[in-house]
Amino acid sequence: MINDTLIPSVAVVTDIRTDTPDVKTFRVVTQDGKKPFDHKPGQCAMLSIPGVGEAMFSITSSPTVKEYLEFSIKKCGCLTSWLHMIEPGQEICIRGPYGNSFPVDTDFVDKDLLFVAGGIGLAPLRSVINYCRANRENYRHIDVVYGARSMDDLVDYQEIISEWQKEEDMNVYLTIDRPQEGWNGHVGFVPNYVTELGFDKTRTVIICGPPIMIKFTLAGLTTLGFEKSQIYTTMEMRMKCGVGKCGRCNIGNKYVCHDGPVFRLDQLSELPDEY
Amino acid sequence: MREQMISRACELLANGSVDRVIGWERGEFVYDVTPAVFNDAEDLKSRFVFDLFCGANLSKYLVSETAKGGKVLAFLKPCDTYSFNQLLAEHRVKRENFYIIGVECNGMADINRIREAGASGIKSISSAGDKVTVSTVYGDREFTLSDVIAERCSSCKSRHHVVYDELMGKDGEVLDSNRFDMVEKLEKMTPDERFEFWRGELSRCIRCNACRNVCPACTCEKCIFDNASSGFENKAAADTFEENMFHIIRAFHVAGRCTDCGECSRVCPAHIPLHLLNRKFIKDINELYGDYQAGAEVNERGPLVNFTQDDANPSIVNERGNG
Amino acid sequence: MYRISLDSIDNLFAAISAVEKLYIPADREDGQSYFTEWKEGVKLSDNLNTFRSAKGLFFPQVQDLVSFRTEGKKIEVIDTRKETEDFVVFGVRACDAASFGILDRVFLSDPVDSYYKTNRDHGTVMTLACNRPDETCFCTSFGIDPSDPAGDISCWKDKENLYLKSLTEKGEKLVYALKDLLTECDENAADTVKAEVKAVMNELPLSNLKPDDFTGEQLSVFNSEKWKELYRSCIGCGTCTFVCPTCQCYDIKDFNTGKGIERFRCWDSCMYSDFTMMASGTPRLTQLERFRQRFMHKLVYFPMNNDGVYGCVGCGRCLRKCPVSMNIVKVMKSLGGDAK
Repeated sequence: MINDTLIPSVAVVTDIRTDTPDVKTFRVVTQDGKKPFDHKPGQCAMLSIPGVGEAMFSITSSPTVKEYLEFSIKKCGCLTSWLHMIEPGQEICIRGPYGNSFPVDTDFVDKDLLFVAGGIGLAPLRSVINYCRANRENYRHIDVVYGARSMDDLVDYQEIISEWQKEEDMNVYLTIDRPQEGWNGHVGFVPNYVTELGFDKTRTVIICGPPIMIKFTLAGLTTLGFEKSQIYTTMEMRMKCGVGKCGRCNIGNKYVCHDGPVFRLDQLSELPDEY
Repeated sequence: MREQMISRACELLANGSVDRVIGWERGEFVYDVTPAVFNDAEDLKSRFVFDLFCGANLSKYLVSETAKGGKVLAFLKPCDTYSFNQLLAEHRVKRENFYIIGVECNGMADINRIREAGASGIKSISSAGDKVTVSTVYGDREFTLSDVIAERCSSCKSRHHVVYDELMGKDGEVLDSNRFDMVEKLEKMTPDERFEFWRGELSRCIRCNACRNVCPACTCEKCIFDNASSGFENKAAADTFEENMFHIIRAFHVAGRCTDCGECSRVCPAHIPLHLLNRKFIKDINELYGDYQAGAEVNERGPLVNFTQDDANPSIVNERGNG
Repeated sequence: MYRISLDSIDNLFAAISAVEKLYIPADREDGQSYFTEWKEGVKLSDNLNTFRSAKGLFFPQVQDLVSFRTEGKKIEVIDTRKETEDFVVFGVRACDAASFGILDRVFLSDPVDSYYKTNRDHGTVMTLACNRPDETCFCTSFGIDPSDPAGDISCWKDKENLYLKSLTEKGEKLVYALKDLLTECDENAADTVKAEVKAVMNELPLSNLKPDDFTGEQLSVFNSEKWKELYRSCIGCGTCTFVCPTCQCYDIKDFNTGKGIERFRCWDSCMYSDFTMMASGTPRLTQLERFRQRFMHKLVYFPMNNDGVYGCVGCGRCLRKCPVSMNIVKVMKSLGGDAK
């Protein structure tokens, strides 16, 4: 019989990094130690633990990493709680990659890029940011505005300070919601920070975070003169099949798993407001 | 009756006694009727209907109407009033939100019985007295009301309205109904026969949950079968036995609260006689604790939520099981 | 074209089932018909249509996808798929036959759903023209001709005979295998039956219903104020979705058998509150959004994505089965103009 995408393969979790009190990053390889499959920045994969459940996660590692896939996963439901309890060496099931990707090789080329992320919203953007860093010559200036509730909730904090902040022609602006001991950086919500920083409107914006953050950031960007066609985001919906057939992740006539998860804002605004 | 209901409803709307009216709305065909809320006189005159096909029990809708506030005129048939009372007893509706007009009912027709009698391509249905005329593209058919009456109405338990603010038409009596006949028949079967009967009936279940969603006794804010983390989600199960268990569990959950309104069987697309499960419980309750009709009284404690010295002991299960 | 006397129809069924599994509409104790495996004594139903549509033969309500065995940290994935054995389904009406084309667009588009495909590959569809269409029928609204159903073999029935005409290679093969039982007849033999059905269709109340008004853009239909009234009496059961021949949404769940984990899929319903529920909440908070999704999908989204083909075949099952008489016809009539 032909292969069926609904049948997953077995993969091994080789490394688990605790990022925040409720986010862990899992490194995943095949049983013989290889990267399970190639992917493009912004794409997702279905992870499952038999008997517990299956869910879609964005791939956090950059496509340029050829040895493994990484997933930054926040503990919020049944499967994710289970994943947070496992130890390295645990096998899981994986299928994918699914969905479209950010237009890193077309629309983003030769552009100034502004990444705006909140909380676990950095997970899907990390793949893009690191891809752009790896292909630095294709892009102009890169800005990252990233915020979380507290210092402890900043995902990938070590990578950010040890790598991103040291990168030439790349600025990283971190912020946390409330003042905290040991934090000398900016305090305040992401949308306000973006407006304060007052980016010029030539940038291409890639945004991901809680809906409320996206909503207010967009308002701020509009004030700064940004057009919808310059802004990209990645969506989340409940998914079961991952290939546009089980019928639950649609926004209007678009399936997030198949036609998304990456949408340009002008495309998204032609769809019903149901997400 | 329809005209009388509309004109009284208009009056009550006009003098401010009520803010809206809940009743039935004519659907696509003469027999398909949808519960609906009406806001003004014009609305009532154009959409309101009351005829042989207004079987749907409006009581469940009153739970969400209560939440909206204001005063609602509800037309309730005798059996609907029992459901309303039971909802009052369970604090699911507030009495002050409703002005109830009890409407006389002599039984509602069941379109499925008309279809089973071979009528198809129905264009119109009219009734005069006991005669029901069904006009179809394949010719006219004549029925008597008893040919097409809903099963639950042919074994009607009561034509008495247990709650109302005013009456339209006659208030009837509590009837000496034959509604337990089929239960008795089932009781007389051997366990194997009974098991086969229920496996046959329940095997047709498509797990649509219509029985639960329409049931006035199923008013949990969140049903366990809708809770993904319960492990008992509502959809089809891997094991068909679970489908059977669903109905049995549901019957247990509404035991002592079910007024035997029969909505579960009315809505079942697979024509499963679900009301028989509930009637078995009612019959058992009557036998073990004395006659009890849920919804008959608001301030009475039901036998299953009350304790008396004379209560049946758990050992009754063994005694009856051996019988 | 071939014919066989209705008196011998059981012989036909016996001959088919001698070679392959055969399913025919047969009545059960509730008086409704169901596609039932034929064996001696199973009688062809006189009902116009089955309670559940024929989709279940190709896309079953519950279906195993894959098994797992787990031990400690190890997982073994066991592909339990098997090619479906050849089977024949007889008595599929034109509406249900058309629904297969809609399901094909979902399941046979890339990536192909192998579970569905094997059922399609191995199933031979013998359709049966309608004789007595009902007031709930509106297949003609979607360009379907109940007197001339598609399929591998089309059949017509008059008072004496069953007429058969093969339309595909699969159908040809089956007719060839049955040729000892069949008598060759004039190509026009079923024309009288066809004409009778067509005449009745024109008299039916929904004969003039047209979905053309839904070709507008999705936002205007989606944002129509009318949904606020339309959805109101919906009790949120899944009846319409489960009896519908084109509803294909499914859920995937794991079941612990005690010996291993069985991952299966089952029909799901957009009418259910948990359909889009995520740990962070659901974008479809009330029954309004769920109700709207079902009809938007059939009348707007599906045609947008599928060359204008509507996700409805007008079988009328939702009209007959909705506990509160809500249905796609009411939605079409109420919203049609709003798409413009």
